[in-house]
Amino acid sequence: MMGKRLDVRKTHKLFIGGRFPRSESGRTFRWEAPDRAATANICRASRKDFRDAVTEARGASASWAGRTAYNRAQILYRCAEILEGRRAQFREELRAQGTSAAAARKEVASAIDLLIYYAGWADKYGQLFSRVNPVAAPYFNFTVLEATGVVAVVAPSESGLLGLLAALAPVITGGNTCVALAAQDYPLCAVSLAETLHTADLPAGVVNLLTGFRAELLEPFATHMDVNALVYFGDDRAEIAQAESCAAENVKRVTVCGRAEWEGTPALNPYAILRTQETKTTWHPIRF
Amino acid sequence: MPAKKPALDFDTEWSYSPAPQSSADVKLRERYKLFIDGEFRPAESGDYIESINPATEETLAQVSEAGAADVDRAVAAAREAYTRSWSRMPTAERGKFIFRIARMIQERARELAVMESMDGGKPIREARDIDIPLAAAHFFYYAGWADKLDYAFPGRSAQPLGVAAQIIPWNFPLLMAAWKLAPALAAGNTLVLKPAETTPLTAMVLAEIVREAGLPPGVVNIVTGGGKTGRLLVRHPDVDKIAFTGSTAVGKEIMRALAGSGKRYTLELGGKAANIIFADAAIDQAVEGIITAIFYNQGHVCCAGSRLFVQESVAAEVIEKLRERMETLIVGDPLDKNTDVGAINSRDQLERIHAYVEIGKQEGGEVYQSSCSLPEKGFWHVPTLFSNVSQSHRVVQEEIFGPVLAVQTFRTVDEVIAKANNTPYGLSGGVWTDKGAKIFKVTRDIRAGVIWANTFNKFDPGSPFGGYKESGMGREGGIEGLLPYVRLRAPRGR
Amino acid sequence: MLTSTRTVDQIGVQERVARLRARSIKKESKVQALTLALSMIDLTTLEGRDSPGKVRQLCYKAIHLHERFPGLPHVAAVCVYAPMIKVAKKALRGSGVKVAAVATAFPSGMADLETKLAEVVRAVQDGADEVDMVISRGRFLSGDYDYVSDEIARVKQACGQAHLKVILETGELVTLDNVRAASDLAMASGADFIKTSTGKVQPAATPEVTLVMMQAIRDFHREGGKRVGLKPAGGISKAKQAIQYLVMLRETLGQAWLTPDLFRFGASSLANDVLMQIVKQSTGMYQSPGYFSID
Repeated sequence: MMGKRLDVRKTHKLFIGGRFPRSESGRTFRWEAPDRAATANICRASRKDFRDAVTEARGASASWAGRTAYNRAQILYRCAEILEGRRAQFREELRAQGTSAAAARKEVASAIDLLIYYAGWADKYGQLFSRVNPVAAPYFNFTVLEATGVVAVVAPSESGLLGLLAALAPVITGGNTCVALAAQDYPLCAVSLAETLHTADLPAGVVNLLTGFRAELLEPFATHMDVNALVYFGDDRAEIAQAESCAAENVKRVTVCGRAEWEGTPALNPYAILRTQETKTTWHPIRF
Repeated sequence: MPAKKPALDFDTEWSYSPAPQSSADVKLRERYKLFIDGEFRPAESGDYIESINPATEETLAQVSEAGAADVDRAVAAAREAYTRSWSRMPTAERGKFIFRIARMIQERARELAVMESMDGGKPIREARDIDIPLAAAHFFYYAGWADKLDYAFPGRSAQPLGVAAQIIPWNFPLLMAAWKLAPALAAGNTLVLKPAETTPLTAMVLAEIVREAGLPPGVVNIVTGGGKTGRLLVRHPDVDKIAFTGSTAVGKEIMRALAGSGKRYTLELGGKAANIIFADAAIDQAVEGIITAIFYNQGHVCCAGSRLFVQESVAAEVIEKLRERMETLIVGDPLDKNTDVGAINSRDQLERIHAYVEIGKQEGGEVYQSSCSLPEKGFWHVPTLFSNVSQSHRVVQEEIFGPVLAVQTFRTVDEVIAKANNTPYGLSGGVWTDKGAKIFKVTRDIRAGVIWANTFNKFDPGSPFGGYKESGMGREGGIEGLLPYVRLRAPRGR
Repeated sequence: MLTSTRTVDQIGVQERVARLRARSIKKESKVQALTLALSMIDLTTLEGRDSPGKVRQLCYKAIHLHERFPGLPHVAAVCVYAPMIKVAKKALRGSGVKVAAVATAFPSGMADLETKLAEVVRAVQDGADEVDMVISRGRFLSGDYDYVSDEIARVKQACGQAHLKVILETGELVTLDNVRAASDLAMASGADFIKTSTGKVQPAATPEVTLVMMQAIRDFHREGGKRVGLKPAGGISKAKQAIQYLVMLRETLGQAWLTPDLFRFGASSLANDVLMQIVKQSTGMYQSPGYFSID
């Protein structure tokens, strides 16, 4: 007699340094589908997980920024290829988290196209925003963009996939590495996204994904002295005030983003990349 | 001063065994047809021309020769595709089509490299390591611009022109096709491409790739043929824009043909670039740069560093090292992975090069040629150096388009800049010096579209390429490469 | 006392190396290269825990590389710490394999000149055919070129009939300009060979520094000097690398340098990889390290 086959349930892990560890704290939190059909134990990242992730991000930073823009573009394009191949899995997870079938299809397509969009900027934004400046002296003077380094990203709380990608794609397109905190209530796609990026040969440490509670992680995100910038998605005044105040400790660059920065076509633009770029101007004499 | 035998002996007991790249996996068709409106069909006349392998003189395949009716059909298909599908498509989708082409070139890279080498004579190592990867990169680069044109030109919205006619040469067949197709498509145009008569085969594979990538029929059309086909295409009334890479003589012919027509055109023509070595250059690396500048691709490069200027105080050393380095250049079977200098593209071109070498000798130039042996069949030319020549010699003034270098010495920097600019051409130039300030000054004073400092013949899809003066106008690569394919409109209400 | 300082363009060097690396050495030319490479190896053991037993085993291997395969050459030399010279000399008697010894407070070079000279004199007395010295890098990097030059000249004198290899320790010199300057200085001071590294510092030999040293050797010869030899050492463990170095040698210096008299590989595990490739060429089968003796 053939019974219903028992499925093997997924363990939802963190993504740190190209590996999938559990939280060093051993803690998890319970996620439940709106229709209560499914549940999962999601890792509840600790401040130590964040610390370890920053170490990995810093370790990967020089070589990621040192790659040619073309190489970064190729890797991002490959991420899109892999995500395209896993459409069904992501749609299913979005639906489990309460999105309608039509909305899920649209969101996954948008997510893939977002990756393609930023892949296409990797070797071009520099052309747009770099300059040769006609100074009033015999010097060749040029301004170029440089990745700011390690970026902490607090992803939108209201979107499990598109919002997360919109938050981190411009960051890594620009040559930064990052540690991102996924939406607390929509954690499933974050884990699958980590698996996707890993499969696409994104170098270890470039993206580190944590699931957990914003309330407890915001402070380490904002105070860590080896993080160069913080990109925060949300509109909670108290959180923003806390983040900006903490960031002052090492003069982190803080960008506060809202829905307009992740939802819809206007969210796709090269200024998103500028959020995490420095500019460097060099002078060199012109003479025999 | 007679050329003295090099101090080092490179004719060693240990020599390299043949290392042929297998061509077994490359399945050539007997006949290739025109690619019009998404279909492969023979020319209406039924005419074919032969494409031969310049290394063996054997026929590789026949390709259709497009006549007036075929060119008409191709332009009509491009127009229809522009109006009905390509210009209406969401720009992000256009971009994804172009990404597909890029990816498929990468997937068929080995096959394309071997075919390119067999069809044109260039070494397989160059086709494999430079031509094919760069071609894919051009498509990748421009694919990303398709949905970002609003950012490319501040204060202006960029609209496509319509139908582009594109004519390319035989020295970098697939790469030139990429340089033409990628920006045109990204900007929203449709096109008709005419590959060079002696090198049509990789364009035929590109046609297959375009079709497999699912581009709507008529967006890309490829018509093979000779000069006649090119002329028909250029003069076609329903073409909005012409892009031509080839000789300055034909470029001028095209300008005259288009005069008064209102059609946009860009021309990438010949060159006679000055490659300048200062005494404070890193000499050994500069010598390597000279080799790359003139012997790479058998000298069939419009931007070749064909006029060498060496500062007199280091001239003896540079020339001696140059001669020694020429001795280690391997001339031979393009499909051998160790070949540095392949076959000359055609009998015609070989005869032209021979004629110039004769002229140079008659003009009193002193010839040095490396001691390599040449195969019996096929078209070959030994790497050649002319010294004791000056700006007044024809071999210094005229583009030879072969592995022939003219060497002059100079004393001061203003002298060499004046001489570097003393030419109707203005495509490229090279400067070798360890002093940064000198680089910025010299590159500023040389009138050429591309200047290489401490390197030569470097290309990138993001780096604009094109000439001043009689080397043409318009740029390919970078944002500048989009300009020739768009109409810029000011926003309303200004 | 550095006369004309040569400037070296790093990117240009990397590109030349890349072109040379693209050479495809197959069939007969591969076997020839592998065999030549074997004859150029200085089989090396330079560990604090070396003992007479260890050295004897190494020497046996030097003469009997792979008995199952006839017609192989022996290696050029065995390279050991000075206290092991006598052991090596005895073990290699009559074989044609030379004994090279490191001296001058190898690997750091941090000792006074008198100590170093005494070490060299003793090594030569014990029978070393070749002496591998290290330059004083600290002195070089602080611009005291006279000291460095003088030290080399004095060591050369102390060598007597023995050949002197001068180790530049390119990993510590860092820039190619420094490598070129140190090469020129070493040759002008009497080096018979210039050598890249001690093998104790990373990076050791690289194709880039080796090319620069070859160019220095060529210029020295061209300007009327003698033919100086070259020894890349450290980090060369694969036959493929060895062949790439030989390609570079052939196309930069030519026939005269394609001999163990003017070119050596400082390596320990290279020999077995070369042997594996030789056997693979002969049998057509990929080999396993387990079938080749380790000393």
